[in-house]
Amino acid sequence: MLRTKQKQIEQAADLRLQSQIGEEERFGDLMRRMARENKTAVISFFVIILMALAAALAPLLTPYEENGMDLLHRLSAPSAEHLLGTDEGGRDVLTRLLFGARVSLLIGVVPALLSLILGAVLGVIAGYRGGITDAVIMRIADVTLAFPSMLLAMVMMYALGGGILNVFLTLTLVNWANVARVVRSQTLKLKNSEFVEAARIIGVSRDRIMRRHILPNCLPTLLVLFTLNIPASILTESSLSFLGLGIQPPNASWGLMINTGRQYLYNAPWLSFAPGAAIMLTVLAFNFLGNGLLDVLDPRMQKQ
Amino acid sequence: MRKNLTQRLLQAVIVLAGVMLLIFVMLRIVPGNPIETMMGEHADAATVARMTAEMGLDQPLYVQFFRYLSSAVRGDFGTSYSLGKPVSQLMGGAFVNTLVLAVFAAVFAWIVGIACGIFSAMKKNRLPDRLFMGFSLLGISLPVFMAAMFLQYIFAFRLKWLPISGTDSWRSFILPAIALGWNSAGQVAQMTRTTLLETLQEDYIDTARAKGRGPLGVLVFHALRNAMLPVLTMMAVQFSGLLSGAVITETVFSINGIGRLMVQAISGRDIPLLQGTALLATFVVILGNLLADCLYSVLDPRIRKED
Repeated sequence: MLRTKQKQIEQAADLRLQSQIGEEERFGDLMRRMARENKTAVISFFVIILMALAAALAPLLTPYEENGMDLLHRLSAPSAEHLLGTDEGGRDVLTRLLFGARVSLLIGVVPALLSLILGAVLGVIAGYRGGITDAVIMRIADVTLAFPSMLLAMVMMYALGGGILNVFLTLTLVNWANVARVVRSQTLKLKNSEFVEAARIIGVSRDRIMRRHILPNCLPTLLVLFTLNIPASILTESSLSFLGLGIQPPNASWGLMINTGRQYLYNAPWLSFAPGAAIMLTVLAFNFLGNGLLDVLDPRMQKQ
Repeated sequence: MRKNLTQRLLQAVIVLAGVMLLIFVMLRIVPGNPIETMMGEHADAATVARMTAEMGLDQPLYVQFFRYLSSAVRGDFGTSYSLGKPVSQLMGGAFVNTLVLAVFAAVFAWIVGIACGIFSAMKKNRLPDRLFMGFSLLGISLPVFMAAMFLQYIFAFRLKWLPISGTDSWRSFILPAIALGWNSAGQVAQMTRTTLLETLQEDYIDTARAKGRGPLGVLVFHALRNAMLPVLTMMAVQFSGLLSGAVITETVFSINGIGRLMVQAISGRDIPLLQGTALLATFVVILGNLLADCLYSVLDPRIRKED
């Protein structure tokens, strides 16, 4: 994720804690406010839902098989039968795009969720315990963040080998650190707040305080991080697959489709440009939604 | 401030050592003996064993790591398995190409980004602003390889204005630089717009206006000077990102830079080369972040005076 965005999220989360502890807006109210204020985010949300539906219902939406070869119609240009043309094996590009959406959306959501859980758990532990635990966890996070994410992913995929499970693992390990940092700084602030103090005095255990009192307060921020980590994962995976380090054939992710299409760039540009446009649309939609959520959570944005 | 900088420097060294260890360990968990991979199927066991001992690969991991560390500090990154040359020599040649590409990309990104950002801020929420900001979001959402292939297809293949690939003349760097810089241009544009709009709300802008400065004077002498601070530091970070993030661009346009070397190292299962290139790229990024921090504290008197 962008460094500037990361900073903005951290600041917004901090300001939110300062201004709103106690008079917490309900989650539903937040969403309603976003729907009122930010039409782009709402549209993006529906675009994402539509895409997810299209991916889930892929077999019903197309008359062709995912891997249905038709060697008589190789590399044919977009036409009425094949809306986006066919590839080097005569397979329908639109069909493969729909099936590829399953892989690509999964690759966006699963690592984002896993890194969210890992980052939140480590962040809250680091922040609440402090001392040596904190130092160790945060130095590991620093090292991960210092590594350009694409390079880290490349080296890891090289070490682990291709395949979807390794892509999940790699992207999780690339993305957890920024979550951990935000959650840690939130925990440090919440730790000294009155309601946590009160819980401690009546003898609530440390684990329960972290689970029931601190983490729930980080949820809105986590939602923003989750939404913005999805497009980051999709982009990183598509770059990995583009280099042949990600998803392995015959599974198709959009990045892999672009990679195979590249050989035919000059006589069949639709092979690469169609999945490229799909990636762009998805990433754009998630970015709009994430920014919309961030604006709603950022107290600075409300005054304007 | 000196204390702060020493602390930062120390932190950077620790992080670099951590990165080194991380790369080292990750590459050692790759299954298979690298010597066998290098020599192919026909190597006999005795030769493999001799070579393994010669290269110190039979030593415990920590011995190997400290050996690598001590020679790396002296500029020796070992010898590439697949290309048979010293890694430092290979990286030196490639780094020049990457540097040229990154400079071109940075110049493009900064000029376009800052210009669009200023213009957007001036016409806030009107058509030009919407247009430019949509464009910059497009830049941020477009995968680098898509931008690269699209430019290559349109301007090199269709219109034949510029070379398709290679590094023969400065003209070969134009398309790759735009492809690589596009994303950064989008970021710079958004950042410039945001900070400029924030700055224009400050009291001293009102003061300048009250003193009779024209709108252009206020913009150039009062607002921009202050608004550019965060943008400048972001640009320092970006430049190191451009240097290390050229993997895809270099692959698409066949530029023999660090990124392409890394891809070659991966396909040739060439551990010393991969280790060296990954380390170099990370080093550049850490250095860039450090420079950005320094730049910020030098340029902003409020931070300079803090400690």
